[in-house]
Amino acid sequence: MKFGIIVFPGTWSDRDCYYSLKDILRQKVDYIWHKETNLSDCDCIILPGGFSYGDYLRPGAIARFSPIMPSLEHFASQGKLVIGICNGFQILCESGLLPGALLRNDHLEYRCQWVHLKVENSSSPFTYRCRGGQVLKIPISHYEGRYYADDATLAELEANKRVVFRYSTSTGDITDTANPNGSLRNIAGIINKKGNVLGMMPHPERACEPLLGSSDGNLIWESIIANI
Amino acid sequence: MPISKEILDEIALSEKEYQLIVERLGREPTEVELGMFGALWSEHCGYKHSKALLKSFPSRSKRVLVKPGEENAGVVDIGDGLVVVMKIESHNHPSAIEPYQGAATGVGGIVRDIFTMGARPIALLNSLRFGPLSDPRNRYLFGGVVGGIAGYGNCLGIPDIGGEVFFADCYSANPLVNALCLGIAEAKHLVKARAYGEGNLLMLVGADTGRDGLHGASGLASRTFEEERELRSTVQVGNPFLEKLLIEACLELAETDWIAGMQDLGAAGLTSSAVESAARGGGGIEIDVLKVPRREKGMTPYEVMLSESQERMLVVVKKGYQDKVKALFDRWELRSDIIGQVTGDGLARIKEGEKVVSEVPVNLLTSPPIYKRRVRKPDWLERLQTFNVASIPDLPPKKAGSTLLRLLASPNIASKRCVYRQYDHQVGNNTVVLPGNDAGVLRIKGTKKAIALTTDGNTRYCYVNPYLGGVIAVAEAARNLVCSGAQPLAITNCLNFGNPEKDDVYYQLKECISGMARACRELKIPVISGNVSLYNETRGEAVYPTPVVGMVGLIEDVTKHCTSGFKNEGDLVFLLGDNQTIDASIGSSEYLEVHGIIKGNPYIDLGMEKRLQRCCLEAIRRGIINSAHDCSEGGGAVALAESCLSNGLGFVSNDWRIEGRLDTALFGEAQSRIIVSVTPRAAWKLEKLAARWQIGATELGAIGGKRLILKGYIDLSLKQVGEAWWGGLEKLL
Repeated sequence: MKFGIIVFPGTWSDRDCYYSLKDILRQKVDYIWHKETNLSDCDCIILPGGFSYGDYLRPGAIARFSPIMPSLEHFASQGKLVIGICNGFQILCESGLLPGALLRNDHLEYRCQWVHLKVENSSSPFTYRCRGGQVLKIPISHYEGRYYADDATLAELEANKRVVFRYSTSTGDITDTANPNGSLRNIAGIINKKGNVLGMMPHPERACEPLLGSSDGNLIWESIIANI
Repeated sequence: MPISKEILDEIALSEKEYQLIVERLGREPTEVELGMFGALWSEHCGYKHSKALLKSFPSRSKRVLVKPGEENAGVVDIGDGLVVVMKIESHNHPSAIEPYQGAATGVGGIVRDIFTMGARPIALLNSLRFGPLSDPRNRYLFGGVVGGIAGYGNCLGIPDIGGEVFFADCYSANPLVNALCLGIAEAKHLVKARAYGEGNLLMLVGADTGRDGLHGASGLASRTFEEERELRSTVQVGNPFLEKLLIEACLELAETDWIAGMQDLGAAGLTSSAVESAARGGGGIEIDVLKVPRREKGMTPYEVMLSESQERMLVVVKKGYQDKVKALFDRWELRSDIIGQVTGDGLARIKEGEKVVSEVPVNLLTSPPIYKRRVRKPDWLERLQTFNVASIPDLPPKKAGSTLLRLLASPNIASKRCVYRQYDHQVGNNTVVLPGNDAGVLRIKGTKKAIALTTDGNTRYCYVNPYLGGVIAVAEAARNLVCSGAQPLAITNCLNFGNPEKDDVYYQLKECISGMARACRELKIPVISGNVSLYNETRGEAVYPTPVVGMVGLIEDVTKHCTSGFKNEGDLVFLLGDNQTIDASIGSSEYLEVHGIIKGNPYIDLGMEKRLQRCCLEAIRRGIINSAHDCSEGGGAVALAESCLSNGLGFVSNDWRIEGRLDTALFGEAQSRIIVSVTPRAAWKLEKLAARWQIGATELGAIGGKRLILKGYIDLSLKQVGEAWWGGLEKLL
């Protein structure tokens, strides 16, 4: 199988995703410049974190018009796996591949820190290797990560187990103090209706080695690998 | 042309210096020439008051590849074909006027200095100084500066792994913002900032040129000013997105053989960039200002040459390769234009179309007068240094706990978490030790190695005793690296002082440099790059002498790094190093400051320091100790509390017999002391090692429980201690 990492002008976690997949998980992986349109040789596409187009206007608002986006929509419509991390999640919401929006953090500050994530749906292709309710330690790094959607959308997400990760305490309690940005219902990651497109604010590519503090991110990558 | 004092003031040249220009040139300079002289002879570019003093820094070691002044930043070999490139720079004056953009463009500028050499920036650190946060304007400056650093650095994807924040009255009108950047490169891909090869082309890349930042180098950074708020229009505005594209494009270019050199545009814009690369290359340059793409209509040649618009690079393209280079920049959607060429006549010739507006020998522009003066020690300094601790009552034991809490909550000691969590400190997948420790640690991919980085400079010590303050700044930075398990390799420094034309300030500068140089020689750490920021005064009030030492160290085996927090219940805690309770150690301490006294010499024994550092490093490498934390501001009691808080483990002391003063014993700031923890069965090894290095190893107590207990003096829950330390700074914002 092969991962493709889309690079927009201003993307930066492309290199971290590449390193973790290639050097730690020994996977095939390629960068894909945002002006390309052919994704046919990839099995999973990563929209990495960073500041595509400087986050000018709104995070993801310009990147969604990149030439690659129609191809990505087609790729997703075939049921192939797409994971958007941080800015990638923002782009997926802007492009309508995922519902809702990511607003400025409620405290109006950028926040970089370790957080705990409770796995709410362990049967998705992205969490297949996790136990239900397992708590993962993965860092966040964002200014606009407060998940927001209207009540009907939230109800639909909950009813269909589309909330995959919630910010929690280290023991898995969903509390206000464990919520680093004011996201509604502590939502940290969701999937689309078909379950093949995941958006998440935390950075699993930063949690792939014990030396750097956690290797829980590997559970997500290994789930994807096992599912293809 | 009769020259008015107003014009000379604007470009910060004295009448004498103007006469020197006329004499050397054999004629009156043109308007453009005068502007170029003003910029290049400014303190910021020309180092006229500091150059003679800076010579005393040692700058050689077998690992140093590029020394100060040779290139944009210093270079150190770390083995495996890799080098690290490092520099620190100030952006004080712009930050005082417009804190967000001032700090943001400070980060942008230092990052360009690194990638212009072909090195990928992998770490940022910041050393910040502000006035007390009780003043709303200082809170505004603080918020703006931290926001600007976050806004710019986070967008670039460079982790910000450490630094310091310090508060004192003297910084109210003059906040200091120093940014350090470190990059990594394969030695073979290093790029020089040299314009050589007659006929090679000068290509300007990146942002269009506007009127922003005119007189940044000569005006803002090289004289004092009275009404800072009037100068807002001279501050540049940053575009980090454009800078990110420049980083990627220039690093790609650095791997080709299409270019002869590369130089960023910083202070004094195109003038210093072109002229300094010509000086390094030994040739001349010719530029046509009409070919420079502009943001505004009607700009004069003078304005084009002195604009400090951000995110611009000057690339010296080998003749015949311009189309390839242009195509590379096109792909990154960056504008690039050929604006001139390298010549062989040694002149800096600036044209506007066919009209020559400036034609001056390059070496005249880059050889400002160098000033050196004899000055004597100011009387007021003598008075500051004579302080008798007996003049204040000792701390009663029952007040020890509340005093500790007060110190832990003081903004200079309290955790800086509310600052560093706004910076991305993990991007790049290298950060092994996060901010909040004695030093930040980054592993080097593809090797077993890691580097450690810190910035230091206790300015209260420097104010009371510039020489000892300089010694301690270097010693403490080295000690911080050693506590992380790193062997110190090299220093970059930023010297922030007042107006050097005043005798007292010149004395401070001279003494401080001399103290730093002494410590560098004793500890064998070369200085590889640096920056001076003088004229940090407003309405006659100068800042404390503020040397900031940025230091990089090498850890050969990343698995043998060390952190400051206690690790295991039951481990014994030792104080390594100076265990003499000497009354001198309370001088200029945070303890005295909290009591409103800023007096008395600090204390350091460099011989002891050297032995302590070697001992600690050996103990870490041999795996004897489980944590190491430097005793600095607030002394031993504060260091113990901080080691407890990292992992929420308490401490219970043995029965201490404190002879002499209690305040000094708990809160004195004698240097050369490190708090370490060790498993009980390895304690003998530590004691033996300390004996071999002839330093003290005093058993203080053991790790355990959820309280910090210094028997007979302090008994506090970690919750209380944590609230004070974690929340101290945040509460003031």
